[in-house]
Amino acid sequence: MKIVTIKELLEADVVCNGEMLGEEVYSACGSDMMSDVLAYVKDQAVLLTGLVNSQVIRTAVMMDMRCIVFVRSKVPTPEMVRLAEESGLVVLTTKKRMYEACGILYSNGLVGNKVKNV
Amino acid sequence: MSESVTFRFEVDGSDFTSAGQASVLVKKHLRQLGIDPEIIRRVSIAMYEGEINMVIHAGGGEAFVTVSEEDITILLSDKGPGIADIDKAMQEGYSTATDNVRSLGFGAGMGLPNMKRYTDSMDIKSEVGVGTDITMKVNLI
Repeated sequence: MKIVTIKELLEADVVCNGEMLGEEVYSACGSDMMSDVLAYVKDQAVLLTGLVNSQVIRTAVMMDMRCIVFVRSKVPTPEMVRLAEESGLVVLTTKKRMYEACGILYSNGLVGNKVKNV
Repeated sequence: MSESVTFRFEVDGSDFTSAGQASVLVKKHLRQLGIDPEIIRRVSIAMYEGEINMVIHAGGGEAFVTVSEEDITILLSDKGPGIADIDKAMQEGYSTATDNVRSLGFGAGMGLPNMKRYTDSMDIKSEVGVGTDITMKVNLI
């Protein structure tokens, strides 16, 4: 799914790196627990979260993710936006709640991914 | 013996916001060395979890990342409180982190399991009241 489609489906605003909206993502993960996010492994994913701190951006960078969507109208701090800009991450914000946002993306064909066993 | 290169980082234990900076740098260094992206991701995630642990539990420490022809070794060394029960700490979901840490998105009891998940070997040496040394290896061949 292209990031621009995610933006449209979630009626989201673009915070940074809007020139990369044409990029594809192949999987998604919705969580406020970053260690749960780090248990997933998949290329070119999107992270949906309601958590706002710099570790959200670093987690996405470590995972080579392409896009972060902040749900429930959460707004990232200027420091987070700077980190995301540097790292080439598209940041979106949506008014939709986590459950609804994940459901919309899933029902439109963007599925999750498997956790690698220890 | 083949040549190897070692990067050393100090992990500041006083500031949760800056936790992960060493892992970001490691990622950059490994890219410059032309390491496979999948390997880089595994090394960075394992180190990032370790770095977060050092900040949350141990008040910071030192990290050494050595790249040889055969493998990448990550040594995380701290002088924190030590891990009383390593078997328990390795269980997914077990954590001694505070509610404050949980509200920041960590402390779910996934740190050490994730470090093991993404590396080929992991060795924990810990003594209560003295500190913890964790050595992780990711094979390159």
